[in-house]
Amino acid sequence: MLLIDCPHCGPRAEPEFQYGGEAHIARPGDPSALSDEAWATHLFFRSNSRGLHAERWRHSHGCGRYFNAVRDTVTDRFACTYPTGTPRPDIADKPGETR
Amino acid sequence: MAGHFSALSLLRQATGGHRRWTAQWRDAAPAADYDVVIVGGGGHGLAAAYYLAKEHGVHRVAVLEKGWIGGGNTGRNTTIIRSNYLWDESAALYDHALKLWEGLSREINYNVMFSPRGVMMLAHTQHDVQVFQRHIHANRQNGVDNEWLTPREAQRFCPPLSIASDSRYPVLGAALQRRGGTARHDAVAWGYARAASERGVDIIQNCAVTGIRRGPDGAVQGVETTRGFIAARKIGVSAAGATSTVMQMAAVRMPLESYPLQALVSEPVKPVMPCVVMSNTVHAYISQSDKGELVIGSGTDQYVSYSQRGGLQAVAHAVEAVCELFPTFSRLRMMRSWAGTVDVTPDRSPIIGTTPVPGLFVNAGWGTGGFKATPGSGHVFAWTIARGTPHPIAAPFSLDRFRTGRLIDEAAAAAVAH
Repeated sequence: MLLIDCPHCGPRAEPEFQYGGEAHIARPGDPSALSDEAWATHLFFRSNSRGLHAERWRHSHGCGRYFNAVRDTVTDRFACTYPTGTPRPDIADKPGETR
Repeated sequence: MAGHFSALSLLRQATGGHRRWTAQWRDAAPAADYDVVIVGGGGHGLAAAYYLAKEHGVHRVAVLEKGWIGGGNTGRNTTIIRSNYLWDESAALYDHALKLWEGLSREINYNVMFSPRGVMMLAHTQHDVQVFQRHIHANRQNGVDNEWLTPREAQRFCPPLSIASDSRYPVLGAALQRRGGTARHDAVAWGYARAASERGVDIIQNCAVTGIRRGPDGAVQGVETTRGFIAARKIGVSAAGATSTVMQMAAVRMPLESYPLQALVSEPVKPVMPCVVMSNTVHAYISQSDKGELVIGSGTDQYVSYSQRGGLQAVAHAVEAVCELFPTFSRLRMMRSWAGTVDVTPDRSPIIGTTPVPGLFVNAGWGTGGFKATPGSGHVFAWTIARGTPHPIAAPFSLDRFRTGRLIDEAAAAAVAH
């Protein structure tokens, strides 16, 4: 079970949260101009990163707000959490860690 | 090599004190080049290698496995086999696999302990009842056996099942596929490895792929590995949860996300569960192994992870559901739990076929239910690699369907976790 640091409420147990998928996937500005490939990429293709992964969480049994997190998908450790709307913090993969 | 297994050969070993057993397949070192390299030594990859050698005359085949064969999801699943999927495309694919299961032990001369003991899916709500009856009719149209049982008939088929009307999710009926059942997962990997090795396939363990080398025309030339470069005309990626990572080496993005999926076993007890029971609504599935352990599957965790570990709450949720359905199991101790990394597609159907990179093929996205498809998956993937064009059964499961929109939305038909 993960311990997740909600930027608004502080650290809480995972069952209070809902996973919201990969973060920073912007909805297309002009949907009708999009090609089939671009739609497929937007809807279905994900980075599925092995290592640091930017993702959305919702504190559904707390403040109810969405926020973003960077988490290592190999160790499941959170590198940081940050409010929706702010850019992904510049955190590098730690070298030498087993993947 | 060990030679052909028969009642006589087993008797000879038994009377000889079991001292003359030899290795069942060659633990090969990599050669300089192959016609086909399969990335991933699980059941699907080993089966593909076997059918390449047996049915397509491709003998210069290597299976590369970063750990040990069958050590990934093949050795971590709950061994359930069924083919009662809703859509025509899925029914064709999974029933192709089920038909191969029925003759598999004889085909590869290795006892995979296929046991068609029946898979019963429980309906707990009026919606379940309607959905299952729709499935039953769709399955019958496709020649796939599936029948409706009343609660009393369900209990007669599986005596420890509680059909008490005052339970939180009472059993309103069940869909039963009698041809479904279980098989020994390790034996599937070992049996395919042995049969493939006998036909000249190199099974190379402790060999992780670190890169895919491509020529100026974009076509594959081979793989970089922890044991050096291995040239290959064709590469078939069959790497389950690691598929995105491997495909990234050839700059191919995949519509996949990898999640932990957990299972657990109880202490061994005398035979008590005569079949497989699944419940989508309360999220549990359960069967009994020949060793006597109750094998219980839980749902996926909610987040992407390669940790091969999941949260305790997912396991607790499954155990609560099992205790509700089978109150008599409530005092059993659980012995072990573990997780695999399952690669899930947006429509919960697999991806089998060609890729934008010439010579690169992929078989992935089996999600929470790949074990049941092992022989069929390997069979159609081998055909696809050998001929360079998708097998007719595999054709609808192309990577391209996410662009064309012809999805095969099996979310409601799969076991759990959707």
